[in-house]
Amino acid sequence: MLSFKPENRAFRDKVKELSGEKIDLCFQCGACSSGCPMTQEMDYLPSKVIRMTQLGLEEALDSKTIWVCTTCFNCEVRCPRGIDIANVMEALRTMVLRKKYNRVNLEDLTAEELRELPQIAIVSNQRKLTA
Amino acid sequence: MKVAYYPGCTLKTTAKNFEASTLASAKELGIDLVEPGRWNCCGTVHALAKDDVMHHIAPLRNLLRVEEMKAEGKVDDKKVVTLCAMCYNTLKRSNQVFKDDADKRKKVQENMENEAAPYGGSVEVLHLLELLREQGWDKVSGRVTKPLKGLKVAPYYGCLLLRPRGTGLDDADNPTIMEDLLKALGAEVVDFPYKLKCCGSYHTVQMKEAVADLSYRILDQAKRAGADIVATACPLCEYNLGPRQAEIRKHYPSFGALPVVYFTQLMALAFGLGDESTAFGANTPDPRPLLKERGLI
Amino acid sequence: MMEKDKKMVTIYVMGKKHRVPADLTIMKAMEYAGHQFRRGAGCRGGFCGSCATIYRRKGSYKLLGALACQKMVEDGMYIAQIPFSPAEKKTYKLDELKADAATFLVYYPEIARCLACNTCTKACPQDLQVMDFVQAALRGDITTVAKLSFDCLSCGLCAVRCPAEIVPYNVGQLGRRLYSRYVVGPTEHVLVRVQEVEEGKFDEEIKNLRALDKAGLKKLYDARDMEA
Repeated sequence: MLSFKPENRAFRDKVKELSGEKIDLCFQCGACSSGCPMTQEMDYLPSKVIRMTQLGLEEALDSKTIWVCTTCFNCEVRCPRGIDIANVMEALRTMVLRKKYNRVNLEDLTAEELRELPQIAIVSNQRKLTA
Repeated sequence: MKVAYYPGCTLKTTAKNFEASTLASAKELGIDLVEPGRWNCCGTVHALAKDDVMHHIAPLRNLLRVEEMKAEGKVDDKKVVTLCAMCYNTLKRSNQVFKDDADKRKKVQENMENEAAPYGGSVEVLHLLELLREQGWDKVSGRVTKPLKGLKVAPYYGCLLLRPRGTGLDDADNPTIMEDLLKALGAEVVDFPYKLKCCGSYHTVQMKEAVADLSYRILDQAKRAGADIVATACPLCEYNLGPRQAEIRKHYPSFGALPVVYFTQLMALAFGLGDESTAFGANTPDPRPLLKERGLI
Repeated sequence: MMEKDKKMVTIYVMGKKHRVPADLTIMKAMEYAGHQFRRGAGCRGGFCGSCATIYRRKGSYKLLGALACQKMVEDGMYIAQIPFSPAEKKTYKLDELKADAATFLVYYPEIARCLACNTCTKACPQDLQVMDFVQAALRGDITTVAKLSFDCLSCGLCAVRCPAEIVPYNVGQLGRRLYSRYVVGPTEHVLVRVQEVEEGKFDEEIKNLRALDKAGLKKLYDARDMEA
């Protein structure tokens, strides 16, 4: 059975601090996951990622989920406990990006793509997914 | 009335039709939208990490420009109107952080040392829809010379106009603002269950299949509800629902085109303004055959 | 003037202390101290951008940028040279480019990462509004890019400090090229003159000039039209 181990405390506290969210309030109702538009691309459901952060499990940082999130805030609107799950996702992303990790690379885009894509897409893409 | 207007990068490049239709229709309503002489990319999206200061500087610098405009008498109020839902969300949220957090406020102001005066926090960020609502829908309908009769419009809100709670310009579960506008223009509003669903946003850059899938479902639902055309308020949504239909067709070859336009283009059309203002030529797929069929152009 | 009457200051060049005359520029002071510039010196007139220098004032935490050939030394100055800024310059055929925002994004997509933090502007030794011209490029406002970056020397101080890893001077260069080629276009009198040359209007005159000897050329030269 999974239970909270003291050595995982630092990670959990860091996520709480960076996101500003009261992660402990989550009681795993799953409303966030059911409203999330990107679950098909995810390895862990949003509610599961929250559970992992409650337990202080750093594997949450290795998930595909955090990168696939579109920050649409549907989860925030639905959460009955007032948790902004999108903030938690961003905190997890931030922790990885600050270790000089770039999820995407500008150099992978072709000239046609750079010409055709609206700037807002390139700006927000880079903002969310690069260090 | 003279109101400060923040365009955002995309309105000056791939979404010129959004800007053209807005400036023209706003003028009809007696609203002069004044662009600051100097502005920068807002750096969408809003940085959510609680310790972040740097990413707030870009949006707040623009709000400082509005304060400058007011001081120079170029606008009536310390308000700024924006059209792009993502810019709206970013400017508004950074503004709120500035107001709520004294420590961040100090740091941001220190980083604006090159400016004549740092941002004071007095600007109100509005989306055009809010401004129109403030003015009153009768004012809008009063200007309509060509009601969009017989046009079944599905309003698509997307995410950042309404969410997160507290930042949105209408109720996050049951908004009515776009419906109110469309009714004032004489259109037939088509409600559909996916009007609040995310289009995939910035994943259009590297995960376009996922975006195509989301867009397909949104547009499919709109069609099933009987929509002729979709109205949107964000250049990224417009791109993901409109031009990305080519990508949708790669996975769903029988998908028939559904035109997607900006709500201001419909407003310009209903106000009887010409092609330069409605700018439908820039939309993919082309809405003009449909509009012609409905006798609107 | 005796050496000991001259006002001297202490500077540190790459960590080593030197006493140098106070009325020298950083470049001259370094040479006075015995350094030889094999890289990082060019026109010595504040125009080529080769001598980008990072320095610190005594007691101050700030790292500042300047041109070594222009900046005067100060007592306690701590200096380090940047001989070369190894930024990637994209190659393009100007004739094949479109004069719009997308062109900037195609060649320098990193401008989409600009945070409007203004660090580039603070670093610029020419006091240019660097952030503003990068933002103008993002919007496709080519005229503003050209006008604001006009005095840019491509010294590289902005590029080494940018947190978004943008190389503003390359963006400015592209903007100025697009501006001259597509916004301003070729100058009327140049086109007229080229046509005259091609029509052979000056062939005779050039033939005569070629036939002259040195004395004949000198006579022509001395008799030339001069403005008072």
